[in-house]
Amino acid sequence: MSEQLTGAQALIRALEHAGVDTVFGIPGGAILPAYDPMLDSTQIRHILVRHEQGAGHAAQGYAAASGKTGVCMATSGPGATNLVTPIADAYMDSVPIVAITGQVPSAAIGTDAFQEADIRGITMPITKHNFLVNNPNEIAEVVAEAFHIAGTGRPGPVLVDVTKDAMQAKVDFRWPTELTLPGYRPVTRPHPKQVREAAKLIVAASRPVLYVGGGVIRAGAHAELRQLAELLRIPVVTTLMARGAFPDTHELHFGMPGMHGSVSAVGALQRSDLLVSLGARFDDRVTGKLDSFAPEAKIIHADIDPAEIGKNRAADVPIVGDCREVIADLIQALQQEIGAGPKPEYDAWRNQLESVRAKYPLGYDEPDDGSLSPQYVIQRIGQTAGPDAIYTAGVGQHQMWAAHFLPFEKPGHWINSGGLGTMGYGLPAAMGAKVAKPEATVWAIDGDGCFQMTNQELVTCALEGIPIKVAVINNQSLGMVRQWQTLFYDQRYSNTDLHSAQIPDFAKLAEAMGGVGLRCSDRDSVDATIEKAMAVTDAPVVVDFVVHRDAMVWPMVAAGTSNDDIQIARDMAPEWDNEVL
Amino acid sequence: MSKHTLSVLVENKHGVLARVAALVARRGFNIDSLAVGPTEHPDVSRMTIVVNVDEHPLEQVTKQLNKLVNVIKIVELEPSATVQRELLLVKVKADSTTRGQVLETVQLFRAKVVDVTPDAVTIEATGSPEKLEAMLRVLEPFGVRELVQSGMVAIGRGSRSITDRTLRPVPVPVPSPNQQAAPPRTAVPSPPHHPVPAPPPGHRAAAPARRA
Repeated sequence: MSEQLTGAQALIRALEHAGVDTVFGIPGGAILPAYDPMLDSTQIRHILVRHEQGAGHAAQGYAAASGKTGVCMATSGPGATNLVTPIADAYMDSVPIVAITGQVPSAAIGTDAFQEADIRGITMPITKHNFLVNNPNEIAEVVAEAFHIAGTGRPGPVLVDVTKDAMQAKVDFRWPTELTLPGYRPVTRPHPKQVREAAKLIVAASRPVLYVGGGVIRAGAHAELRQLAELLRIPVVTTLMARGAFPDTHELHFGMPGMHGSVSAVGALQRSDLLVSLGARFDDRVTGKLDSFAPEAKIIHADIDPAEIGKNRAADVPIVGDCREVIADLIQALQQEIGAGPKPEYDAWRNQLESVRAKYPLGYDEPDDGSLSPQYVIQRIGQTAGPDAIYTAGVGQHQMWAAHFLPFEKPGHWINSGGLGTMGYGLPAAMGAKVAKPEATVWAIDGDGCFQMTNQELVTCALEGIPIKVAVINNQSLGMVRQWQTLFYDQRYSNTDLHSAQIPDFAKLAEAMGGVGLRCSDRDSVDATIEKAMAVTDAPVVVDFVVHRDAMVWPMVAAGTSNDDIQIARDMAPEWDNEVL
Repeated sequence: MSKHTLSVLVENKHGVLARVAALVARRGFNIDSLAVGPTEHPDVSRMTIVVNVDEHPLEQVTKQLNKLVNVIKIVELEPSATVQRELLLVKVKADSTTRGQVLETVQLFRAKVVDVTPDAVTIEATGSPEKLEAMLRVLEPFGVRELVQSGMVAIGRGSRSITDRTLRPVPVPVPSPNQQAAPPRTAVPSPPHHPVPAPPPGHRAAAPARRA
């Protein structure tokens, strides 16, 4: 069955067949043919953003909130290169997105034509796969392949670059029934022998920890994870990308590990004799100095991407597979092990960790000068909006405070840029998340630096009816950089002062962009301001929380040092020796 | 560090060489030699890559290469169980006084003369890298005017083929059927039901000036 369409119509039709309901994008010369049939699509809602980077991050936010593949669209040259940052971000954080870009006509490729950029070449290292389509008959097949590759195995970004002449030619549209991808066969079923080995190690261990990464969220394995943890009551830590994979309020949860992790989580990894890594990748922000990371621990490393296993730390038991299937199989294998022998007890280990958690809880000091503490603001937002809200963040201090002080009980409610660390991610990602989950309250916890990188999407939100809420944690500086300058550069504040208490006026800016602008600078009006923001449901809201400029993120493991050297505040290390860990 | 020979079966598609070469480079490996060409299967090309790395990084680069969608299979070829060949073309100075000695070298190494001029001969030789190196050492004193060498190609000894069992088509399900919401339309797309996609509940048509 086929019908005659233009390549552009075939492209839109293919997107419809792939189940796309939302596209974030901006038209331009080379992609223009595709925008014409876009107007006719009753299935696809196109959201006209103000910068292609916003389109990409919105597609990421949409994907993370919905579990579906996000779609963004841009024209050739600058349109396409503006997508590079979100594509790289999606690659690092394994977010399934498909980016469609227009390309100059095939005859003009390689001639330095107007708005020509070799976007396929540019994005080769930052996509899971990419395509240049100049044969109109391949459009449907390539779109089908793109969505299959983006959404299966380890998810990631796929770019489809379509030449203008391919979109203008006539084609016979056929949606493929099978795909020919001889080199793409992701392993999802774990090897039973490896799972049995893992179960044996767990039963034999005395200080095991479940080191949970973002893969658990991508695999939708949170229910299985909880079952696994509760089966033998094994302590759990969740990385920045895995916040929400395991409830924060669960007694077995010991926090977030890493450079700004909690003492209990970092200590759990360092003193463990068995790390069960589930969908995590031993990132340098988690391990600190690699050769002193978890020195006594054996490693069970489960990941869907074989290349992650043994990349940074050798694995004693490697398991390649989808986290959900791995954990489900592991539960079965453990039940068999327990049935055959005594049930292992980790009480002593858990008690040790509990005492560390009680002794070194996450916290903060109120500023001496009476100014607002950023942690308090974020905490109150979390308490007011609750665990059902979706939270996004930019990158920096506010991100770390958000990771610490927001209530994470469920997966898919925390959307942030972990691997690439893209400032400006929060606002457009919130836009995408709100489009995916219109009924949810979506808060972007943003910084004053981050907000000024992507705030143009507020206009998109205002015009398209996407009422997100943005908390600008305004410390008038590039806070995380300033923190490093305070700690490691002798308080020489080179180019980190943003003066954003005066310029811009964030509230006025929000108003100018069609949103509601609020401002708050004292503790007493925080709750009322948050309530006011929560009450607005028909427009985006920006709250400028003017906070203390020298608040710091603690605990901290300084870059390049061992996790054992974690500090709970400036020049204050936990008393490990007394903890007998 | 030691030399390893990887045989990489790839889809015969545009840009695959760039993907492979760029990946090896950006993961920090140096390619000693790379040869690429067609195979007995028209849709498949075969690359022979020689890299100089330790065992652990070799495993990592192999895994990374395997992640490339166009890479079908990677096999490390053990030198002892493999026939390895390079092709060398070399132009050597040879006048009437030295030509005899040069030709003797050619014979010793079972090479061929493919072009002669009064003051030079061009020699074609194939063989293992060691053999070609040895021949060049002998030829060097006569004066090498120009030299070109191919990357190594290699094939396992015995009757087995690394392409066995790799090329069976693997049926891949199309994106989940329940996602294919759009029913196929019969003719050219129908006129729009509404020019702008429906906004979500709570949508405001424009942004009126608003006070908090």
